[in-house]
Order: sequence, then C-alpha cells, then structure tokens
Amino acid sequence: MRTRFFPVLAHVLAFIVVAPLLWVLVSALRPAEDVFTFGWPTNWTLDNLQYVLFKIPMPTFLMNSAIISVVVTVVALFFHSMAAYALARLRFPGRGIIFSAIMSTLLVSLPVILVPLFLVAKQLGLLDSYAGLIVPSIFHAFGIFLLRQYYLNIPRELEEAADLDGCGYWRRYWSVILPLSRPVLASLSVLFFLANWNAFLWPLTITRNPDLRVIQLGVSGMQGQYASAWNLILAAAVIAAIPTVVVFVAGQRRLVDAMKTTGLK
Amino acid sequence: MVTTTAPPSKPLVKASPARGKAPLTRKRREALAAYAFLAPDAIGLLIFVALPMVLAFGVAFFKVDGFGNYQYVGLANYKLMGGDDQLWASLKVTAIYVVTFVPLAFVVSFALAMLVRNHFRGIGWVRSAFFLPHVVSLVVVGLIWQFLLVDKRGALSKLLAPFGLSDVSFLGTPSLALGTYVVISVWFVMGYQMLVLLAGLKDVPKELEDAAQIDGASTWQRFRYVIWPLMRPTSFFVVVNSTIGAVTGLQAFDLVFVLTHGGPARATSTVVLYIYEQAFTFNNMGYAAALTTVVVAILVACTGLMFAFTKGGRFDED
Repeated sequence: MRTRFFPVLAHVLAFIVVAPLLWVLVSALRPAEDVFTFGWPTNWTLDNLQYVLFKIPMPTFLMNSAIISVVVTVVALFFHSMAAYALARLRFPGRGIIFSAIMSTLLVSLPVILVPLFLVAKQLGLLDSYAGLIVPSIFHAFGIFLLRQYYLNIPRELEEAADLDGCGYWRRYWSVILPLSRPVLASLSVLFFLANWNAFLWPLTITRNPDLRVIQLGVSGMQGQYASAWNLILAAAVIAAIPTVVVFVAGQRRLVDAMKTTGLK
Repeated sequence: MVTTTAPPSKPLVKASPARGKAPLTRKRREALAAYAFLAPDAIGLLIFVALPMVLAFGVAFFKVDGFGNYQYVGLANYKLMGGDDQLWASLKVTAIYVVTFVPLAFVVSFALAMLVRNHFRGIGWVRSAFFLPHVVSLVVVGLIWQFLLVDKRGALSKLLAPFGLSDVSFLGTPSLALGTYVVISVWFVMGYQMLVLLAGLKDVPKELEDAAQIDGASTWQRFRYVIWPLMRPTSFFVVVNSTIGAVTGLQAFDLVFVLTHGGPARATSTVVLYIYEQAFTFNNMGYAAALTTVVVAILVACTGLMFAFTKGGRFDED
C-alpha cells in the first residue's frame, strides 16, 4: 500500500506540473473566440500558428535566434575547451590564481553587470549588431569549469602516446582531447543552446533595430501589440517553446548529466 | 589576470648536455602553449565580466546623461539613495522574495527528489515532467501564467470557482502579486534543484540506511539522521545558488518584466528590475551603476552570512 502510494502521487504531481504547458498548447489551437473556454476544445484550428508565422516577422525572429544560439554555442565550446585543456593538463606559472579568478566570475550574473556591460558594449560599437548579441554571450566560466573537471579524468597515457609521436600541444588538444570530450561537449551544447535561445535581457538591452529582434523579444513584444489577442500570443509562445522542448527531449540525458555535475563539488 | 611572461629561467642552451636542456625548454614551451590556449576566454572574461564589475564602481561617481557625457559628482548618487522610496520598496520586494522563494523552492525540490529517488514504473516521464518548466524560457513562462491568471476568464479562476475564489485577481492585487510570482518561480526552478539534489542523494550509501532500518529507525528518523546530514553539502550548494539566483538571476528580471512589469503598485518591482528602469527608462546610468555596487555588496554579505551560519556548509564534511 505504502509502496503504491508514492509512485501514484508522483504521477499525479507530474501531470499537475506540466498541465499549464499542455493547457497553453491546447489553447493556442483554439479559434480566437474560444481561447478562454474551459474544457476540451470542440473546434481545432491552425490559424493562430499560421498568422504568427506569416503575418508578423516570426521567421526573422527565429532565424536571428537560431544564428546567435548556434554561433555562441560553437565558439563558446571551442574557447572553453581550449581554456579547460590548459587548466587541466598543462603546467604553467599562475595556474592556481588564473583558475580561481575564472571561477570567481561564476558569482557574477548578467543582471548585476548589465549597466556597465552596456557601457562597455557601447564603447566597442557593439550596440544594435549581431556581434553585440553574440560576443558578450560567449564568455562564461561554467563551461570552462565543467570541461576542466572532465579533462582531469582523461587518462594521461592517451596524451603521452601522442607526445611520443611528436605531436605539439595543439595536435594533442585537437586530435586527442577534443574527440575524447564529445560527451561533455554534447551536454554543454544542449545547455548553451537553451540558454541562448531563451535569452531575453541582453537582446532587450542592446538592440533597437527590429531586424535584429530575437525570438524572446518578438514574443514578449506581442504583449503590447496584440494586447488581448491571446490566441496569437499563445501561438507565438508555443512556437518559441517548441525548439527548446525538442532539444530537451533529444538531449535529455546529456542535459541531466551536465546539470547534475554542477552540484558535485 | 593573464601574465604572458614566461618563467625567467633561461635554458643554458650551450652549457648543458642535450638531455638536461630538454626539460627546461619544454617547461617554457608548455607555459607559452597554456597562455595561448587560455587567451581567448581570459581576454573575453576580462572585457565582458571583470571590466564591467570594476567599471560599475567607477561610473557610480558620475552623472551620465542621455548623450553619454560623464560628469563627476562624487558621492551624490549614493546620497540620492536615502530619499529614493522606490529603491527601498524594491529592496523590500527582493528581500521578501528571497526569504519566501529560497526555502519554499528548497523544500519542494527536496520532496520531489525524495519522491523520484527510487525506481518505479514511469519514473523517467515523471522526472522529465518536473524538469520541463525549466526548459521553457522565462518570457514564455511569464506569458503562460499571465494567460492562466487572466481575471475571471482565466483557467485558474474557473478552477477555483467552486471554492468561491473566481474573483481573486492574482496578478492585479498588490498583496497577492508577489506571492504569485514566488509560486511561479518555484514551478520554474524546482525541476533543476530536484536534479541537483537527486545527484547528491545518489551518493548517500544505501548500506547506512539499511543499517538504520535494521536498528529500528522510522522513515522520518532515517531521513533526519542519515540522509539529511549527508546531504548538507549538496543542500548548501542549492541554497546558496538559489539565493544568488533570487537576488540577481534572470528570474528576478525576465519573469517580472513579462509577468507584471513590476506592478501592481510596484508590488513586484525587484531591485534588478528597478536598476534596469533607472538605466534604460530614465537614462540615469550613473545612479544605476551606484545601485549595482549596492547589490554586489548585498550579495557578498548574503553569501558570507550563509557561510558563517552553516559553518562553511558543504566544506566541513568533505
């Protein structure tokens, strides 16, 4: 009886937790006049999705977010793995201090440095540009930390073999370490993609040009423009959420692995 | 932060035999390679994280107008804070948010972690379901709940109608809006905290629990005297992280910005949102920078206090 109770409770709670998401999905597929109907829809329609996809610059929003998320993810993984390789495998003066300095930036979040970061970006001419959306988003200590942990556990012998073959540090990183780190890189890419696809505050701060609008800005902008046209707002929200859910489902195990590691030391 | 100078010791190229010189040049080459590998990230972090941090403390002493002209004003920005009622209101909102959100999120997440700790049929789905809200963006989360909480017509009003609560305006009543924001934040964050706690629970040796059970310990006693002490490091990590997130995380900005815009009557105006408004709505960059330094100070103090209260939390058992 006891052993039965908790699994059933878990299933019920799980359903309650996802219910709001399901409800919004269902509501986005209702005709405008039925959005607030309480109950299973009798009329289904794709009009809302069609409207937001073709009557507002949704393709531009999606494209901008896709470009930014992919570029940031790829470049960040490249830079972070290089830094992590140096921190985990190479001996050099100041390693401890540099590592601590990098780790201490983990405490700093975007809302805290938003104002001065905006001033820096302005000085560098990054306002209202793809570069401004991409470059500052690349640098984050979390990825370096996770990759370094992983590299510490790769057996040194593998690298030594490459060393005996006369490979330089670059070759050892590129041909030995990088291929071995595919699992962490996959985990991190899921994480980075989600973070950048979902980014709102930085794009909001740094862009005015409608052509540079990312998906989250586009969706939140619907609030003002279509004030109470909930069928359209929900359709836009669903479109913004679909890629994240797909990436989550596809990369679930990897994501969970990366998340868990954050709690371990 | 990054020194590009190699160690001063020059290899005695001529004097030493071939075998002796190899380690020295090698050491130097290794250091140079390391700096080169580190350079992109180190420079990036310097420009886009460290520099803004330092800059905040500098700009705080200036008045910056809409055209980007800087005028030194000394401590004027800090003196302004005393009479700024909206700032104090925001600090209060953030304080209430932290002391309600952090414990609630922790307890709920811990309970969920215990619930999905041992295998049962469909556990994969249940874990994913708890995590799913965390995958969706905060903008979408804000819109979803706005829709569900629309006065009278929203799904929640209809759900609560049998209890006579259909007229309650969760986002429109100043005394309720903050609580609503807390609950939505918990819904968003609990799946993530659950996962981290779950990873910690995995490290609790089953034998210890079994031994306690054989000794006649009840479920509660096993939790209180076996699991809880062993979970202290993980719990500490979760609580510190959660506090930092509550004060300065994206959930303190994105979510309120979309959900309530800080209203009604500034009831959900977090400090982070207020700083944003000062900087980008009212163009008071200098004042916003000064406020930033205050938040940093508060954050450092909070983290320090937490370390003191928990006697270093995670570290005493490592």
